[in-house]
Amino acid sequence: MKKALLAAVTGLTLAMGAQAAQAKTLVFCSEGSPEGFNPAFYTAGTTFDATSRQIFNKLVEFERGSTKIVPGLAESWEVSNDGLEYTFNLRKGVKFHTTDGFTPTRNFNAADVVFSFKRQWDPNHPYHAVSGGSYEYFNGMSMPDLIKDIVAVDDYTVKFVLNRPEAPMIANLAMDFASVTSAEYADKMMEAGTPEKVDLEPVGTGPFQLVDYQKDAVIRYKANPDYWAGAAPIDNLIFAITPDASVRYEKLKAGECHVMPYPNPADLEDMKANGDINLMEQEGLNVGYLAYNTQVAPFDNPKVRKALNMAINKEAIIEGVFQGAGKVAKNPIPPTIWSYNEATVDDPYDPDAAKAMLEAEGVKDLSMKIWAMPVQRPYNPNASRMAELIQADFAKVGVTAEIVSYEWGEYLKRSKELDRDGAVLLGWTGDNGDPDNFLAVLLGCDAVGGSNRAQWCYQPFEDLIQKAKVVSDNAERTKLYEEAQVVFKEQAPWATIAHSVVFKPVRKEVKDFRIDPFGGHVFYGVDIEE
Amino acid sequence: MSTATTTSDIGGSPRTRAIAEFWHYFSENKGAVVGLCFVGIVICCAIFAPLIAPYSPEEQFRDYFLVPPVWEDGGSSMFLLGTDAVGRDILSRLIYGARYSLAAGCVIIALTLTSGIGLGLTAGYVRGWFEVLVMRLMDIILSVPSLLLALVLVTVLGPGLFSAIVAIAVTYVPHFVRLTRAQVISEAQRDYVTASRVAGAGTLRLMVIAILPNCMAPLIVQATMSFSTSILDVAALGFLGVGAQPPTPEWGRMLAEAREFITRAWWVVTFPGLAILLTVLAINLMGDGLRDALDPKMKRS
Amino acid sequence: MFRYTLNKVALTIPTLIGVTIVAFAFIRLLPGDPILLLAGERGVTEERYTQLAAQFGFDQPLWQQYLIFMGNLLQGDLGNSFVTKQPVLTEFLARFPATLELSIFAMLLALIVGLPAGVIAAVRRGTFFDHTLMTVSLTGYSMPIFWWGLLLIILFSSILGWTPVSGRISVMYFFDMPTGLMTIDALFSGDKGAFRSALSHLILPSIALGTIPMAVIARQTRSAILEVLGEDYIRTARAKGISAWRIVGLHALRNALITVVTVIGLQVGVLFAGAILTETIFAWPGIGKWMIDSIYRRDYQVVQGGLILIAGIVMIVNLIVDFLYGLINPRIRHTRG
Repeated sequence: MKKALLAAVTGLTLAMGAQAAQAKTLVFCSEGSPEGFNPAFYTAGTTFDATSRQIFNKLVEFERGSTKIVPGLAESWEVSNDGLEYTFNLRKGVKFHTTDGFTPTRNFNAADVVFSFKRQWDPNHPYHAVSGGSYEYFNGMSMPDLIKDIVAVDDYTVKFVLNRPEAPMIANLAMDFASVTSAEYADKMMEAGTPEKVDLEPVGTGPFQLVDYQKDAVIRYKANPDYWAGAAPIDNLIFAITPDASVRYEKLKAGECHVMPYPNPADLEDMKANGDINLMEQEGLNVGYLAYNTQVAPFDNPKVRKALNMAINKEAIIEGVFQGAGKVAKNPIPPTIWSYNEATVDDPYDPDAAKAMLEAEGVKDLSMKIWAMPVQRPYNPNASRMAELIQADFAKVGVTAEIVSYEWGEYLKRSKELDRDGAVLLGWTGDNGDPDNFLAVLLGCDAVGGSNRAQWCYQPFEDLIQKAKVVSDNAERTKLYEEAQVVFKEQAPWATIAHSVVFKPVRKEVKDFRIDPFGGHVFYGVDIEE
Repeated sequence: MSTATTTSDIGGSPRTRAIAEFWHYFSENKGAVVGLCFVGIVICCAIFAPLIAPYSPEEQFRDYFLVPPVWEDGGSSMFLLGTDAVGRDILSRLIYGARYSLAAGCVIIALTLTSGIGLGLTAGYVRGWFEVLVMRLMDIILSVPSLLLALVLVTVLGPGLFSAIVAIAVTYVPHFVRLTRAQVISEAQRDYVTASRVAGAGTLRLMVIAILPNCMAPLIVQATMSFSTSILDVAALGFLGVGAQPPTPEWGRMLAEAREFITRAWWVVTFPGLAILLTVLAINLMGDGLRDALDPKMKRS
Repeated sequence: MFRYTLNKVALTIPTLIGVTIVAFAFIRLLPGDPILLLAGERGVTEERYTQLAAQFGFDQPLWQQYLIFMGNLLQGDLGNSFVTKQPVLTEFLARFPATLELSIFAMLLALIVGLPAGVIAAVRRGTFFDHTLMTVSLTGYSMPIFWWGLLLIILFSSILGWTPVSGRISVMYFFDMPTGLMTIDALFSGDKGAFRSALSHLILPSIALGTIPMAVIARQTRSAILEVLGEDYIRTARAKGISAWRIVGLHALRNALITVVTVIGLQVGVLFAGAILTETIFAWPGIGKWMIDSIYRRDYQVVQGGLILIAGIVMIVNLIVDFLYGLINPRIRHTRG
């Protein structure tokens, strides 16, 4: 028995070696199963990793490893002067995947773009309700109200007509929900009476095509030989679904996989010391904050909010809650986003000054509530521990804090209420790398009573971000957002706490893997060297 | 209490004689005595935890993360069984953990015994539609694997030790109901019951005073067995993250938290599991002895 | 016999209906609005909320929801998963073979070790072997299998490197899977390496899952055989000089068989419960792990459908066991019926 096992193990390693010589196979130990294979239905990064980031293309894309927008299926685009019409010139000669169930007879063209968006946008579209279609991201980015029409001007020109100007529109179209699928495939499947196949056996234009999925176990892809930007350097891509972080690390060490996401903080030291592994790191595209209710006294006074901010020892939080896998946040947007204002100064940790400031404002014996979320998030891996630390910090300046928590759905709902009692711990992970996606969504006047948990509507700030929304010149937008961050710092509707730090252990033989600021994993362009 | 008293026939009241006889059979089983001793030690640990444990179970020694046990290289005499990832003394946590496991087990058994006996007794005595209803309900509970049912119940009640206790108790009730009912039905036909009834004993009195004491032996054995399983189940739910919540030093929870260190620090994984195994084993050994002592059929052989 | 079986089947139906009610009710009692949970930090607009509520049928009164649910159930439709949007039944069937394969191997292991051990212990009653076996089996019976699984991984995977850590087969092997049972499909694929890989992945989970049934089978077999050996006619036979082994061969096997059938029946539920833990530890892509994940993800429909399907399987197995029991042991009809 023992011998047989040993033979099995050595045989395995040999098989791996032999295969690698003929065909390059990259194994990614992914953290979970994808929800499905149509990225338009879902919001989870795990699903996007398995779909949009390998199988599909968008009209415009994020440059690998950055939040910069580059051409994708559209070679170029123009925006009309009023900001209401976006015209895209499509790439020619792009081929869809040939799979067991579908052989494309034509190249990618405008019909595919119109199909991909109309399916989500038009409730009467024949494909709208297929597979129980609910288009969370499309709706979440307010696309239904924003888009007035989508027109195929000719085979290689598509025009989006908007109801109002929206500067982040281009960034939105680089998001995962905007993946372009094949209209021809959809028509064929509709004729065959199996429309839901479109979402189960995806056909895209991307660098990899799906070969097989064994639920909760393995996803297999092969490189698309006709990929318009050139075939991927690796031949096969395998996702070995491995939910346990320590097991992922075991496999990485054993060479059973090449890249793994979400390592245990406890293993980081060991990874750094391991000669076979290259531990990459970058700040995540997120922010964790404590939002005061700025409509309730005494938190309507910016000086009180500032004083409380000064009472919080953020370094201790980074140490105790993030175990080092975090960075102190000073701005409401993460440093990986363009227009991040390096010049702003964070509120210093100074309990004595904070106490004096509170007294000066006539605030005595303040007692308040701190809301601690019941779930783990990258921007806050342990909210109750964070709340306890803040509670202790507040106690030092004479503020009594009580920690409350609700079940997650209830928490999200109740924290929106205008007369909410207490400051809320929450956070946000960016969608499209546009500052608007943080500043307007979380701090804009429209969002009061919604995702603006500080219930903060401050006109000078609002003017800046509204202006930035309609200007399409990037340099000008950058300036406006930088200014908005200064206003935010002065007014302090939140205590900005932390951005998470993302670690990616990658085996040394893997070449040119880049951390995706959106938290995803993109394998086009990655190579393996023996 | 020695075998001498049982061999002679001088024992005073019938009750003391019964106890002496019980002890005679029980102590014949060496495993049972060993089990009893170990359970005694665990109970002492639980009760006197603050006196025995070197430290508080939640105290974090920032300079002593993942210190191995004292006999390993790098071990420290400060921490006999080493420390966990945030520098807490494992021995102290295990000692305090005994409280949660034993208390949870006791509450679960108390809950199941009372509701199980109550339902079983009534069902067996009242019969009719009530019996059918109760027994069907028990069938339903039994048709779902216990751990799965407990998991779903805990999700409904919200994660926590108390929810775990209630959920596990629910999954155990059917065994007690079935057992009690079967006993009651067979006892109810006995002469002494008929006699009491003729003598004018009320239903409740009849059930509780006359019938119940005669059904107790198998129930006690079942309760002991369930006690050990309940410790396993509480730990399993803790392990799955829906039982006791951190920083409670519950053994299953400790194991769950230790999983990330499985390859680097064997002691954080090994000791909580060993504590569970030994406690459960001791109770089971005791249960075997109890059965030998209480089950008349076994006595003969 | 036929009547007895029919009676049993008839009794199962109200229980099954009860399970559907319980599953339906539990899921609606769960804290938290599933739609808000699905939306997360991003939130959901009022219109979208009503739209989704209508789509999931949450806007109907409860009893109506139940009737619709039962109507669909009778047509084999258990609803769609919230998360994957795929039918619950499809999802279940995709994972069931993994659990089945693991359970079969665990049970085989338990039988191969437990049955002979129990027989030997009974025949050699009171010997060192008997005592050791009883201690070992009680230890197995007391084993927290989630810890046992971890220990096995530490020893055989991390330290010795003999067995893989998790999964069903090395990702390097890829072949068609008509049965879904990895070992069988690997055999059919003709790739010996694949078969070995599948088998080596099965070893540790089977040991972890099989330990408790193994202990139960050993103990039960031992006492069943002891009971036979204690009967008067056997004593007579022994007095006449027939060896204990011969007696066991002649008479005790049938008793052992009854034990085995009973234990298998009783252990199906236990196996499922064990599968939840074992599959979690070994990342085994089966039903147990699927249920756990769905509970964590609040995938209402899956938990609801999964509960019903699992309860149904447990009941069917129990019926089969009852039936076999009647076949092996004709007395049962009188004593139980």
